[in-house]
Amino acid sequence: MSLDQFLQYLVSGLSQGSIYALVGLGFTLIYAVTKIINFAQGEFVMLGGMLSFVLMESAGIPMVPALLLSIIIAVVIGAIMYLLAIRSAKKASEVSLIIITIGAAILIRGIAGEVWGVDAVRPPFFTGEKSISFFGALIHPQALWIVGTTLMITILLHLFLSHTMLGKALKASSINPEAAKLVGIDTRAMGLVAFVLAAALGAIGGVVMAPLTLTSYQVGVMLGLKGFVAASIGGFMSPIATVIGGILLGVVESLAVGVDWGPFTSAYKDAIALVILLAILLIRAGRLAAEERGS
Amino acid sequence: MRKWFYLLLAVVMLAAAIPLAGVGCSSEKEAYVVGAIFSTSGAASDLGVPEERTVNMMVEEINDNGGINGHKLKVIVYNDESKTENALNLATKLMEQDQVLAIIGPTTTGSSLAIIDAVTTGKTPLVSCAASIDIVTPIEDRFWVFKTPQTDVQAIREIYGYFEEEGITKIALITDTSSYGAAGRKYLLEEKSTYGITVVDDQTFNSGDTNMQSQLTHIKGTSAQAVICWATNKESAIVAQDMQTLEMTIPLFCSHGVANQAFIDQAGEAANGVILPAGKLLVVDDVPDSDPQEEVLTKYRDDYEALYGAGSVNTFGGHAYDALSMVVMALEEMDEDLSTAEAREFIRDYIEDDVEDWPGTGGVFTMSPTDHLGMAPGSLALIKIEDGEWTWLQ
Repeated sequence: MSLDQFLQYLVSGLSQGSIYALVGLGFTLIYAVTKIINFAQGEFVMLGGMLSFVLMESAGIPMVPALLLSIIIAVVIGAIMYLLAIRSAKKASEVSLIIITIGAAILIRGIAGEVWGVDAVRPPFFTGEKSISFFGALIHPQALWIVGTTLMITILLHLFLSHTMLGKALKASSINPEAAKLVGIDTRAMGLVAFVLAAALGAIGGVVMAPLTLTSYQVGVMLGLKGFVAASIGGFMSPIATVIGGILLGVVESLAVGVDWGPFTSAYKDAIALVILLAILLIRAGRLAAEERGS
Repeated sequence: MRKWFYLLLAVVMLAAAIPLAGVGCSSEKEAYVVGAIFSTSGAASDLGVPEERTVNMMVEEINDNGGINGHKLKVIVYNDESKTENALNLATKLMEQDQVLAIIGPTTTGSSLAIIDAVTTGKTPLVSCAASIDIVTPIEDRFWVFKTPQTDVQAIREIYGYFEEEGITKIALITDTSSYGAAGRKYLLEEKSTYGITVVDDQTFNSGDTNMQSQLTHIKGTSAQAVICWATNKESAIVAQDMQTLEMTIPLFCSHGVANQAFIDQAGEAANGVILPAGKLLVVDDVPDSDPQEEVLTKYRDDYEALYGAGSVNTFGGHAYDALSMVVMALEEMDEDLSTAEAREFIRDYIEDDVEDWPGTGGVFTMSPTDHLGMAPGSLALIKIEDGEWTWLQ
């Protein structure tokens, strides 16, 4: 592998990893506040992308308002999903709630497939498609948008959680819901805030990545899976850990193709990512068990 | 409880008798009923929808012109939702409940393979609209089965033949790990030595992957003179786009699976320059008058686009046209007083013995007891996408 090639693998991995990170952020946020893993997170990525295409191509709305409108519609759907499916099942255990999110994902995907058809579509690029050279490695301008959006969202999310009252309240209800209630935080409202924010994050990711990755009613499944892996690598702890997890996954996948390990061709790139995930989960499980013994 | 059951039974039997009585008093001749299984929803709906539209269009035209020897034609279309596991039930329903004389479809290779045993046991002719050569081989086990689309191997030979002419000897493969991509990869590797071709890189990706840059970076580092991508629309579009991002200058060849407008829409500017083998239906205007298929291609395209819009025609609907046409030709020659079982046997024998030098949309067909595809070489055109349009690469 030459240096040029190495750099190209790195840059391609970075842009792909940013996609995983963007999806992973929504998982982390909802898990932190509600202890639910929201398996419908990928569907919000799909909704963002598909809505932006439909609004631009079929309704003829110009790009910027169309993108904003897509995110707003996805947020409303996220709020409806929380109020109808999650909140009304308040007595249910976390596992049941997780299963409810799977049901919601199937419902959203099914409706999207019926309404918009099953063809993959491509919304227009934000700023052209002439590759940009980065020390000899080539990157698509849309991929720069994805990387930039991921960085921006991570910073904003971090500031929001640690420097605003609402953000602190969110954090408090995730750390200790009982104590948060005692100091007057409406923890149920916080659940709604988390779902709405996560839907917005997913939809933002969706509108930014769709021109590059194409989108269709079923992209949520695969993206959701990769985002889940990113969030797991980051331990569902903080936005920054999730982003590092996502980028790590993207870069490892990319380099796995480049390194010729005899029989290990590109067919094994997903396997390599899963092995890393398993290793991390095993280490974490061991640490959790040790902590429990300790307390 | 039991009383209710008998009452219900009586109602059901009465209801069943009504349509029979209807036929009895009608002066019209009994309709010829043909079955079809298409994937009009799900992953293969890009293929299944034009097939269903084609069949509806043909049925209307035939019946408007007085039917087949005075019999109306009726085609019962079932949707397998692109799921292999649905096909068997639908085939059984068509044969036993609907008493169809022949079945056309299914759309996909998986569904077609799934019902071969059933139609063989049920002694009903099947004209499949799916790609794989395994649908009609081994011929001893495929007595009742025919198919109309070109196979992977024919498409690959078309590309390799072009490489031979152009002096391209070193190529790279990038294929989907799905059954479609894997079959393509297998035949690409099997056929290469006949044409003096060396595969210098052999990369794969998974269906649903959104970035193939790493694999293409690997290919870029080899001496490959051309890339062949064997996958369906979305992944092929991403490969084309990623090659553009990486500023690769070697040509990209795709499979006949992307021979539809959706691929051009999805790949956008990156589609330009892509070369693929496909039926001549995409380039009707480039087909010379001397070509035996010219007449049928022009008629089918004009009829289809009059109903569904300019530029809507694609080769998949053409496969259904060829399949139903063969069945209709058999029905035209059939005696009217045959039982269902005799009629099914007649149709099978007719297609095998009498479809000879017949120009369809997919190629010129000559069926025989040893060849249930029967497509002559030269049926495929090598097509290049230029400025978002299909052009015949001669």
